[in-house]
Amino acid sequence: MSTYSLHDLDQIVIDSLASVDALGTTEEFRERENELEGKRSPFAILQKTLGSLDADGRREAGARLQNARAAVRSALDAKWIVLAKAERDATLERDRLDLGDTVVSAITWPAEAGHSGLVASTQRSLEDVFVGMGFTVADGPEVETDWYNFEALNIPPAHPARGMWDTFYVELGEPETVLLRTHTSPTQIHLMEHAVATNSLPIHSVMPGRCFRRDTPDARHLATFHQIEGLVVDRGISFADLAGVIETFTRAYFGPDIESRLRPAYFPFTEPSAEFEITCTICRGDGCRTCSQTGWIELGGCGMIDPAVFEAVGIDAGEWSGFAFGFGIDRCAQMRHQIADMRALIENDVRFLRQFA
Amino acid sequence: MKIPLSWLAEFIDVPSDIDVLRATLDDLGLVVEGVEHVGAGLEDVVVARVEEIHAIEGADRIRRVIVTAGAEPVEIVCGAMNFDVGHHVPLAPVGAVLPGDFVIAQRKMRGVVSNGMLCSGRELGLGDDHGGLLLLDDQPGVTPGQRLLDLLGIAPDIVFDISPEGNRPDAWSVEGVARDVAARLELSVREVEVAEPNGAARTDTFATGSIEAPDLCGALLVSALRHVTVTDSPRWLQRRLEMAGMRAVSNVVDASNYVMLELGQPTHPYDAARVAGRHLGVRQARPGEALTTLDDTERVLGQPGRGLGDTGVDCVIVDGTDAVIGLAGIMGGASSEISPSTTDVLLEAAFFAPMVIARTSKRLSLRSEASSRFERGVDPTLAERATARFVAILKLTSPDLEWLASPVRAIGSTPPIPEITVTQANIDALLGTHVPVADAERLLTAIGFSVQRRDDVLTVAPSPARLDVRAGIAGRADVIEEIARLHGYRRLERRTPTWPTPGGLNERQQLRRTLRDVVIGLGGYEAWTPSLGSDEDFDLLHPNVPRVRITNPLASDESVLRASQMVGLVRAWARNAERGLGDVTLFEIGTVVQHPATVTTPREARGGVDGASLVPLPSENERLMILWGREGDDARTAVAAWSVIAERLRLLDVVVRTSDAPRGWHPTRFAQLVDRETGVAVGSVGEVDPDLASTLAPSGRTAPRLAVIDVDIDVLADSDQVRRRSSLANVPSRFPAAAVDLAFVVPNEVNAHDLAASLRSASDLVESVELFDVFRDDSLGTGVRSLAYAIRFAAADRTLSESDVADARGALIAAATSWGAVLR
Repeated sequence: MSTYSLHDLDQIVIDSLASVDALGTTEEFRERENELEGKRSPFAILQKTLGSLDADGRREAGARLQNARAAVRSALDAKWIVLAKAERDATLERDRLDLGDTVVSAITWPAEAGHSGLVASTQRSLEDVFVGMGFTVADGPEVETDWYNFEALNIPPAHPARGMWDTFYVELGEPETVLLRTHTSPTQIHLMEHAVATNSLPIHSVMPGRCFRRDTPDARHLATFHQIEGLVVDRGISFADLAGVIETFTRAYFGPDIESRLRPAYFPFTEPSAEFEITCTICRGDGCRTCSQTGWIELGGCGMIDPAVFEAVGIDAGEWSGFAFGFGIDRCAQMRHQIADMRALIENDVRFLRQFA
Repeated sequence: MKIPLSWLAEFIDVPSDIDVLRATLDDLGLVVEGVEHVGAGLEDVVVARVEEIHAIEGADRIRRVIVTAGAEPVEIVCGAMNFDVGHHVPLAPVGAVLPGDFVIAQRKMRGVVSNGMLCSGRELGLGDDHGGLLLLDDQPGVTPGQRLLDLLGIAPDIVFDISPEGNRPDAWSVEGVARDVAARLELSVREVEVAEPNGAARTDTFATGSIEAPDLCGALLVSALRHVTVTDSPRWLQRRLEMAGMRAVSNVVDASNYVMLELGQPTHPYDAARVAGRHLGVRQARPGEALTTLDDTERVLGQPGRGLGDTGVDCVIVDGTDAVIGLAGIMGGASSEISPSTTDVLLEAAFFAPMVIARTSKRLSLRSEASSRFERGVDPTLAERATARFVAILKLTSPDLEWLASPVRAIGSTPPIPEITVTQANIDALLGTHVPVADAERLLTAIGFSVQRRDDVLTVAPSPARLDVRAGIAGRADVIEEIARLHGYRRLERRTPTWPTPGGLNERQQLRRTLRDVVIGLGGYEAWTPSLGSDEDFDLLHPNVPRVRITNPLASDESVLRASQMVGLVRAWARNAERGLGDVTLFEIGTVVQHPATVTTPREARGGVDGASLVPLPSENERLMILWGREGDDARTAVAAWSVIAERLRLLDVVVRTSDAPRGWHPTRFAQLVDRETGVAVGSVGEVDPDLASTLAPSGRTAPRLAVIDVDIDVLADSDQVRRRSSLANVPSRFPAAAVDLAFVVPNEVNAHDLAASLRSASDLVESVELFDVFRDDSLGTGVRSLAYAIRFAAADRTLSESDVADARGALIAAATSWGAVLR
């Protein structure tokens, strides 16, 4: 083992810094770094000699050693930045490609089918059913104001009904004015406002989209999820039309042996309101664990547009009437494919994805 | 809300079939979340007295116990240790069936025969305690051999857990639920027993009350109850409260809770001796005033909250010195709490404005059984009957109390009861089903609405218990909903409407589908990556850029809305790579956002209180990103894939043009996808920056080249920005085409696509131009490379002559020369 003396410490530091400065590659750097900071480094060896000193001497020498090590470390850090950048620059330069020069016919890739996401394919099937029933499809923004997500839907601030939707608020404007939509219903307001502004009523639309609720994800719920919402505003529309549309949709999407039923419920934006339930798709109505032995499972909410909503968007409730309904796209997928844990939908595991078209 | 069947049965003759009752409740919108049978299986359990306890040889966890529960002593083996000789305990004899269908049989343990089981509270379904046997010695009149149910004064019961909807303040009470069931099943509702004031003195000789804030408090009734004995409630009443999910405290507090559960009116009892001036006043809290509530928490009041439009209005109860002693309608203060030494009680029964209670409760995160009722709207006329009921209940355990005459009454403003006109035509039009007005009249009357019928017109005043029913046209919908609900949704008709306009997808939606299909055709797996990410992830691509932040995130790694899908997709790839499944192409179609401060013309929309202001919003942008994780793929794979996409979308002329890479992209393998004529970039193509890839790759692994396409679907959908090929057909020439290859030495600055476009337009005879070889070599000179194009010439009307081809070829070479290209 080499021997060093504390008297030489200043020279050792000068030599070390010079050797760091002379490094040319990251490979050399790693080697030198180890020599300067490892167990056999001069500083480590000198550290061991401190034990033979008296307390004052030890304190003073210890401080000098620490300063020396710090000086070397900062030189190493500075050098690393230079070397790493040079190496990265060299690599990038070697990599340089003019992508416009790509000879497309020379590129090949393996014959492999891709796969649609389960939510997207479910959304497509749902859209297709509604398009077949005469609905158009409308999109809406994911970040909304409280007006579209709540107030125009007859849910004023502090209304206890806001508790039905755990909301993510966005740091913009006054507190609680900007939010991530908690349902697709704000798109209804956009559609109605647009129809009023362009004098283009009636409306027969479905609105699919991504929604957010401030809710810890579990096997049945995700904080981010997808809904599809339906809206009809026309002359002479009644609750019977709503029930009929739900029924037609249920059979078309889930199958002819699946029925629907409505049960009184409360939504601030519809009156009368209903929950709609369908025959349990697992047991086909016989009763099982999924449906708590009732033979029915809850799918979504619906109702006749509340006059307050019409008033908010400027539609004459004397002339027009309408209904709305909404339910979870992810939930439809869960039911149809019997997905035990919804979190599989956001894990993007290719073994999951490749099971579906 | 949990309602024991026995309680409901005090109001109505309940159907004997529980399933019928459950279905009726569900069908009325009083959704039954659960039905629990309590006390069942206790019929055979008797009180036993412990006579002897003996150790069993070789066993230290069980003992031999002799008990008497009748004539003969019974020998039991028991594992509990919390009792002694002389104690009274529950005995389930052989043959008894305990809750959970647990059959008690004779058993032999360690050679000792056990003729039954001594039971813990939990085993009997009478509580959670299973630390030992349920000791019965504190029950008055406990006698060996007595039935346990008789001793405890309980009967088997069935508890319905009902979840009333938000617009049904009336249904948060046993009576309200009973009224609904009675209306549907055409039953009559019995009145509960109430007390009358029996004091000689007037209340105002002893106590006073006043409302200083009539907007916050619509009615205040202050009663004085003297000579009250504070003790325990009767066992049956305690049991009812427990079944309803509340804890028994003392007879005074229990009576208040009992009346709230039964009738829906929260009341608050004060120890009169601890209310200065024996005065209860209602006013708005002054900013900064504080109160220690019954839960021993100090609350600072009158402070504006973060809630939209929350100006910090709190309604408080004050004493004769104007000091705050309670948070009105939410929770009382600790200072005037009922104690065992209380002898005089002031009872407050009031109506508080629902919105004020809702706001305060939300701002202070303080919910109580009372606040959840007041914020929905308590019947403003209920205070007197509720007080009378309270006194009747309290008298059961405090028979000598004196309720002073003429309780003090103060009046504020209560919501007006609307008068609503509903015609037969209204009902039929909204429901699409003919429900005769006569039926409607009967149904509405049954739930306490006053109805006048003249011919086909009903004039309806809703019950004061139904403050949710509005005035005017909205109120008409409310009333018709009640008619439909009580009539039965299942009896309503169904018809499928039709309309003369076709359904369909718009161009944007069709484009989205086409994109998805073509990427799937290219082998892409569709991912769904998080819209919300961490600041750290955001900084990877956009350091020091304003971001759209969530005010109340659940976790810090879900607190920022993404501005790119790249990090999410690379993470999704890494997750698969970690499992050895990284050989995959992933894609996502989704929304990214930009902070309004970073956008020239931010999106704006109505927002704020009453939607009265214009609020700047994040710009939303729909994008497609594809990421290749397969070993061997690189940016050129992405370029090839883009050419397939562009072809499928019939894009006219989008070129791949090398450009400076934004952060996160490989700096020397990046190009923009630019419409040549409009100059608009529709997206980018390249690779993930190797540093970013190794940051996100599974630890200990070198990331492969991750090729990426990023497409702006908003731009793609706009045909003004990205031009499409004409939809007019071009019938190919029947005459043979001539194929010519041309190789040029081209300066590096010249884009191969630009050159190809020039070649294409240099002659009318050009049918196609395709790059087929790129060659770089020092022998060509510096700053240049060779580009070789395969060209087809054809004419619609003739076979090309040699001179045709030569002319065309010359024209193309000339075009190339203008770019500085030299024919090789």
